[in-house]
Amino acid sequence: MQNLIDFFSFSDPNVRYVVLGTILLSSSAAMVGAFILLQKKALVGDAVAHSVLPGICAAFLFSGSKNIVLMLAGAFVSGWLSLVAIDYITAKSKIKKDAAIGLVLAVFFGVGMVMMTFIQQTGNAAQSGLDHFIFGKAAALVGDDLLIFSILAAVILITVGLFFKAFTLVAFDKNYAQALGYPVRRLDLLLTSLTVLAVVTGITAVGVVLMAAMLITPAAAARYWTNRIRHMVGIAVAFGAFAGLAGAYISYVAPSMPTGPWMVVVSTAIAFFSFFFAPKKGIFPRMYTQYKNQWIIAEENTLKIFYHLGERNSHFNGMRGLNELTSTREMERATLKATLRRLATKELLVTRNNQWGLTDKGYQQAARVVRLHRMWELYLTKYMDIPADHVHDDAETIEHILTPELERELEHQLDYPDKDPHNTKIPK
Amino acid sequence: MIIHAKEPVLEVHDLTVSYSRKPVLWGIDFTLPSGCIAGVVGPNGAGKSTLLKTIMGLIPPSSGYVKLFGHPLEEVRHRVSYVPQRESVDWDFPVSVLDVVLMGRYGKMGLLRNPDRQDKAMAMDCLDKMGMSAFAKRQISQLSGGQQQRVFLARALAQEADIYFMDEPFAGVDAATEQAIITLLRDMAAANKTIIVVHHDLQSARDYFDWIILLNMRLVAGGPTGEVFTDEMIQQAYGGRLNLLAQVGDMMEKRAFPTREP
Amino acid sequence: MIAFWIILTGFLVASACGLLGCFLVLRKMSMVGDAISHAILPGIVIAFLWSGSREPVSMFIGASTTGLVATLLIEFFHHKARLQSDAAIGVVFTFMFAIGIILISIFAGQVDVDQDCVLYGEIAYTPIDLWILDSGIIMGPRPVYIVGTVLILIILFILLGYKQLKLTSFDPAFASAVGISTAVWHYLLMAAVSITTVSSFESVGAILVIAFLIGPPATAYLLTDDLKQMLKITVILGLFVSLTGYGLAYWLNASIAGCMATMTGVCFAVAFARHRWASSRYRARLV
Ligand SMILES: Nc1ncnc2c1ncn2[C@@H]1O[C@H](COP(=O)(O)OP(=O)(O)O)[C@@H](O)[C@H]1O
Ligand SMILES: [Mg+2]
Repeated sequence: MQNLIDFFSFSDPNVRYVVLGTILLSSSAAMVGAFILLQKKALVGDAVAHSVLPGICAAFLFSGSKNIVLMLAGAFVSGWLSLVAIDYITAKSKIKKDAAIGLVLAVFFGVGMVMMTFIQQTGNAAQSGLDHFIFGKAAALVGDDLLIFSILAAVILITVGLFFKAFTLVAFDKNYAQALGYPVRRLDLLLTSLTVLAVVTGITAVGVVLMAAMLITPAAAARYWTNRIRHMVGIAVAFGAFAGLAGAYISYVAPSMPTGPWMVVVSTAIAFFSFFFAPKKGIFPRMYTQYKNQWIIAEENTLKIFYHLGERNSHFNGMRGLNELTSTREMERATLKATLRRLATKELLVTRNNQWGLTDKGYQQAARVVRLHRMWELYLTKYMDIPADHVHDDAETIEHILTPELERELEHQLDYPDKDPHNTKIPK
Repeated sequence: MIIHAKEPVLEVHDLTVSYSRKPVLWGIDFTLPSGCIAGVVGPNGAGKSTLLKTIMGLIPPSSGYVKLFGHPLEEVRHRVSYVPQRESVDWDFPVSVLDVVLMGRYGKMGLLRNPDRQDKAMAMDCLDKMGMSAFAKRQISQLSGGQQQRVFLARALAQEADIYFMDEPFAGVDAATEQAIITLLRDMAAANKTIIVVHHDLQSARDYFDWIILLNMRLVAGGPTGEVFTDEMIQQAYGGRLNLLAQVGDMMEKRAFPTREP
Repeated sequence: MIAFWIILTGFLVASACGLLGCFLVLRKMSMVGDAISHAILPGIVIAFLWSGSREPVSMFIGASTTGLVATLLIEFFHHKARLQSDAAIGVVFTFMFAIGIILISIFAGQVDVDQDCVLYGEIAYTPIDLWILDSGIIMGPRPVYIVGTVLILIILFILLGYKQLKLTSFDPAFASAVGISTAVWHYLLMAAVSITTVSSFESVGAILVIAFLIGPPATAYLLTDDLKQMLKITVILGLFVSLTGYGLAYWLNASIAGCMATMTGVCFAVAFARHRWASSRYRARLV
């Protein structure tokens, strides 16, 4: 608890800096990542991250010291080159994008490894700083370095904000954007530069391998909560920022814990949670909807049994026992009993001495389902030329799904019918 | 409007097909007689390719069944041939024309046997029929659209099947190839093979096919060309989508509703 | 002698990876190798904690288990949660790598594994890791035997399944239509890639595994139009890259794995230039 208070009071300037830095880095990466994800370029970020190594090493070899500005510039240039190489290879040969990405990633990093061995041979003392660049160490973000990274991250956030509408359109439909007169090529170029910039700044925190996660994991998670790009980018930034904060906190509490990997683990945890639980799109909510659908189907089918039995003697409110109910329609007794109980609690049925009967409300519902069933049968025969003896099965499903709007439309198209194709009456 | 065949070689019964729960084909039900050239005709997105893929067992139907020669596909697979849409494969793939045609023999070869001289002679024969024997050694990316289609047909011939399903074999081919293909199809039909062709040109459909399946999400008409290929039926198939049907389909996808009650 | 063993190891790994890589490249699935080779880190760390040393059997089991978990997670999220496939790959392998690094930090004193070794490998130490029989006979470096066995298995796999692998890669719809299961061959190929990656990473590292999986096949793809030729050229390129890569490393006194990866890049660049030149001449002739 004391840790928590200490941490969030930000009284320790080191804490302040590291937290500020990681949040800025992770949220700017997440913001750019949202657009990369939508353009189906998720793994391009991975390639860029690996490809900055030779640039960093070249800058180091050139200056002989850990000059942060020079190294960032080197990283930027080689990251950029890798993207150009990927595009060029895919455009000018039969090599496909996935192979181009993998090839560029491995070769650039391989060249970097060769240059690293040179640096190690020079036995330069500042070499440990280089390691942080490759494997990431957020705690090394102090002083002037932090200032530079924060400025870069802020530049990314502001630029994306300014061009938000254009990026959205390009991500959504390139051709349409072009037709509207947007400078699509230049916008692509800008987004590419921002991607490289986000990678270059983010790498210090998480390292080469994990950088792809900083870009796409928050965006992939955000995708599950909304369909609107504007919201998605916002949610991705929030997830990214939270992951950054959590990573910083964990390594504050347990100093031996690496910040970067924890940031990735936290944001992946958010992503996994979203994949499973996000409303509508998550795995479990979808399963739950299906489960609920089963109940709706069972309930409506049961109501229909009452209606059909009632139709035989025009006595819709009669009380029926289990045997009578199962005589018209195959239904498992256990399911039937459970459904009857549910319908009774919804006051669609009344129950007395193990017998059940429709309430007025229940009658309305039952009539509606039967009506939809018969209207759909009519629709199938009339508009789809399906013979009358083939339409029942289809109508069995559709009766449960038609909304009031669709019902009205159906009614209208059929010109308010009163007989179905089997010449039975359609209830009003 | 549906006219059934007397002794059907293909029976499609009440077939409903969905992509992630959204039905794109509703209750398709038709039959085909043996030795006919049947055209599957309908606007873009009508579900023509989907119908062929479902018959070939590539997409599981939500309901209904397909019978070939009175049996499920599994039991008569060696008598059935399929020609996918030309764009469905990567023509940069490093194989030669002869290699592709030999693939038609794989189904009969079993797991371990490799193509032998007999298979090669057979494949060359098929290429010859398509006027492509001079190209046997050529890499497939160096072929024109019409030549690619001829290679695909040669591969189908190499299967020595009794019923052929072809997805848009006339799309993007030159006039000579189109003529060569239709001559071949007629020869095959004369030898009592049944051929089902997806086609989208109404003009030529009337000349090419003796049986027509008109499709637009649902079966509009099926039967002998002279009887079912009327202006009224064509109007029905091309006169826009059934709005309600599409809306119901969307609703089923959105609510994750089962296409058939379990 | 040291040079011989290193080049031999490089060649064996390059051949095994390259042969499978040909099919990955043609199926547009190259990044699967990238994912698996990174995702095995936590498995290695756990295996190390379990056995207390770099004992090969438990390392192999640990790595293949995590490799398998990674593949299954990727497919699960792709199919069940409908996550786009490139994002599924990216999310899963980075997560597993992060777990690996965290495990290393927690058990810092106990495990002699770090992320460098997964990325870079230690091909230079291959000749030291000798296989010595109980009777004292020295059989040579152990990795050579491991990778050699894997290569033989891969060659057998491709010889037996050549026709199915070819057809399911070229035209999966037609393959299913003639009764060849695309799913079965997909999983067999994935299993083969996992085994190869897992048994090679220790000697050559993740980066070189990716380079070998994609580099020689992509280069060969530019040089030929025939799948059999492509497989042969890939193996020849594997030999060439191991030789020249080692030579380069010896000359520059630099990282062997890095030099071999660089050489795959050089080979590709040369093939690419030739390809561009040939196609521009072809076009000029047409005009
Ligand atoms: N793999 C798929 N996933 C989802 N929807 C699909 C898929 N393939 C086709 N569809 C949809 O199914 C409908 C029918 O497609 P298709 O059979 O290709 O039509 P056709 O061949 O008649 O042009 C179209 O609306 C199309 O958008
Ligand atoms: Mg089609």
